[in-house]
Amino acid sequence: MSSLTEKDRPIVQLLLSAGTCPRCIFRFCRVGSQTLYRHPYKDLMKDLKQFLEGNQEEEDRACFDVADPPCKRFRHGHTEEGADDLNQNGVLSQIPLANDGNADVENSDVENSAVEVCNVCLGILQEFCEIDFVKKHAAWLLVKQEMGKLDLSLAKDDIVQLKEAYKWIIHPQLSEELGVPTDGKSLFEVSVVFAHPETDEECRFLATVCPDCFKPAKNKQSVFTRMAVIKALEKIKEEDFLKHFPCPPSSPKNLCVALEIQCNNGAVFVAGRYNKYSRNLPQTPWIIDGERKLESSVEELISEHLMAEFKADRRPFAIELVNPHRIHFTAEEMKGFQQTINNSSDKIQVRDLQLVTREAIGRMKEGEEEKTKTYSALIWTDKTIQKEHIAFLDDIKELKLDQKTPLRVLHRRPLALRCRIIHTMKSQYIDEHHFRLHLKTQAGTYIKEFVHGDFGRTKPNIGSLLNRTTDILELDVESVDIDWPPALEN
Amino acid sequence: MAAAEALGAARYFTRWYKTSRGGRARTSACCSTPTGTGRDCAGAALSTQGHGFAPLRHGNCQSCCRICVITLAEAHPLLQPGKTITSINYQISPNCSRLQNKVSGKSKRGAQFLTELAPLCRIASSDGEEYTIYSCIRGRLIEVNENILSNPALLQEKPSTEGYIAVVLPKFEESKSVTQGLLTPEEYKEVLLKRQNSSSGS
Repeated sequence: MSSLTEKDRPIVQLLLSAGTCPRCIFRFCRVGSQTLYRHPYKDLMKDLKQFLEGNQEEEDRACFDVADPPCKRFRHGHTEEGADDLNQNGVLSQIPLANDGNADVENSDVENSAVEVCNVCLGILQEFCEIDFVKKHAAWLLVKQEMGKLDLSLAKDDIVQLKEAYKWIIHPQLSEELGVPTDGKSLFEVSVVFAHPETDEECRFLATVCPDCFKPAKNKQSVFTRMAVIKALEKIKEEDFLKHFPCPPSSPKNLCVALEIQCNNGAVFVAGRYNKYSRNLPQTPWIIDGERKLESSVEELISEHLMAEFKADRRPFAIELVNPHRIHFTAEEMKGFQQTINNSSDKIQVRDLQLVTREAIGRMKEGEEEKTKTYSALIWTDKTIQKEHIAFLDDIKELKLDQKTPLRVLHRRPLALRCRIIHTMKSQYIDEHHFRLHLKTQAGTYIKEFVHGDFGRTKPNIGSLLNRTTDILELDVESVDIDWPPALEN
Repeated sequence: MAAAEALGAARYFTRWYKTSRGGRARTSACCSTPTGTGRDCAGAALSTQGHGFAPLRHGNCQSCCRICVITLAEAHPLLQPGKTITSINYQISPNCSRLQNKVSGKSKRGAQFLTELAPLCRIASSDGEEYTIYSCIRGRLIEVNENILSNPALLQEKPSTEGYIAVVLPKFEESKSVTQGLLTPEEYKEVLLKRQNSSSGS
């Protein structure tokens, strides 16, 4: 797959005469050799034309030669083109062609510095791969690049994505310029945003042909989102598409424009375990209609100082710190933060404070479903109870509950039926109307609803088991039985 | 009828009442309260008399949850002694059964939309009477209580809790105004007293 073969000839011929740049031609021919894409533009043009003209034997020996270090050749190519030709965007200037877009590229366009804008990538794989561009701004492409323009059967997924080809070319250049290694999966992301207003209008026809793909959503400025366009393109019949859009696409008059470059550092995650020592402290801020109902919250105390305060058993927590400017901390520094948090408030205490990965957070969230939790509940009954009335609760093991979404959260959660298990219970008689119940339950069990029954929507419940009306007065988490995050030596 | 006390961090009850001004409910003359509505916020506490332990109080908590639970009011004929329920029917018209109500997602899409006068169910008693229970609340029907279909006595034994009729979620914009046409427990008591006095006077 590393170079062109005879079967690619018709594609190359078709695309080249349609005004497609060499790198896009490679993409459509599924050329997977990254180094090939890094060859200078002019050389690629020359080689392609040779490929078309020459016979099979020659082309195998032709310049699809990956031996030369791409960077050197590239610089060489660049200085040839001359600094004067570069306009504001750091791209080669356009000399308007005498005829329309579909100029025959075989008439030595390659020799002038003027380059026809590729009708597929709109210049992204042409000038925007030049070393100079690396130092300038760019803009996101707003429309999908590949529009089914070939009649040849070609699975869309086989084609090399424009984004990929761009990265293959730009990564080594960035590396060289900035003196750092590039990594496709790095947490530090550089986004380059391209725009091409000329083609913006050309895609409006999609909205008339496939109106149901373009529903205006509250948060979006334009209905032409990437997903909507992709969906429409999948739906639209070929004939309809061809009616509205030239195939192959016409050569654009202008290059696309680079709007901006954004840098973003991946979020870091800090996890630990906390105890809460106050019943008046909610886990998250409680604000209604813009008015705060209870002062502070666990989340805020932790976030503000990376600290939390708390009681009894320590519950795992995790914080995502968005776009941090500093991401490396030593274990000592983390301990220091932990100390600062614990010193600053007596309402919460943390331990095991550490940096964790995003995947680990996923595991913590899974734990919410799979692990068990132990609670202590203070229960009130309307009719009197004696010790013997509640003793039987201790013998109930693995009690299966059917819990409908509690009324108290129903306004913000979907209506659903959850099956949960109460593993064990231990009761402590207090007086004729009160007892304490310790329960070990499957994570995700609504304890309050298990006690009072939530209008009979949690079955069975303590009320139904005791044949009384019951209510919960206090609820404490005694432990969260998940060994995450890993305990640190304190 | 005492309102439950605030318990825990985010929940309390408020009960509101709807009485008919006459003519709408097909009930006998004495006491025509078609429905009572309990407005639940953040779940729980059932009927409470004084607890031995004072539950924590958090001052004035405004309701944060808009869910409304429709129940029969205490003075409804069906809750009077001697009434036996023979059937409860959620099929309120040939095309509409409240049992077919299906909601999905957080926004409860697919829910049947109810106006105040939308019938929820029809209940027949052994003495030949039939009562229509109305929503009294504008909003999406979240669920109707199927437990009372299998156990109609539940409706009379625990009308304010397990014997509820339906759960309705008003529109967010209307969540405050939804109680405007309704009576507080005190106002309801007054209405009942007036009715008793006027009927005993005549």
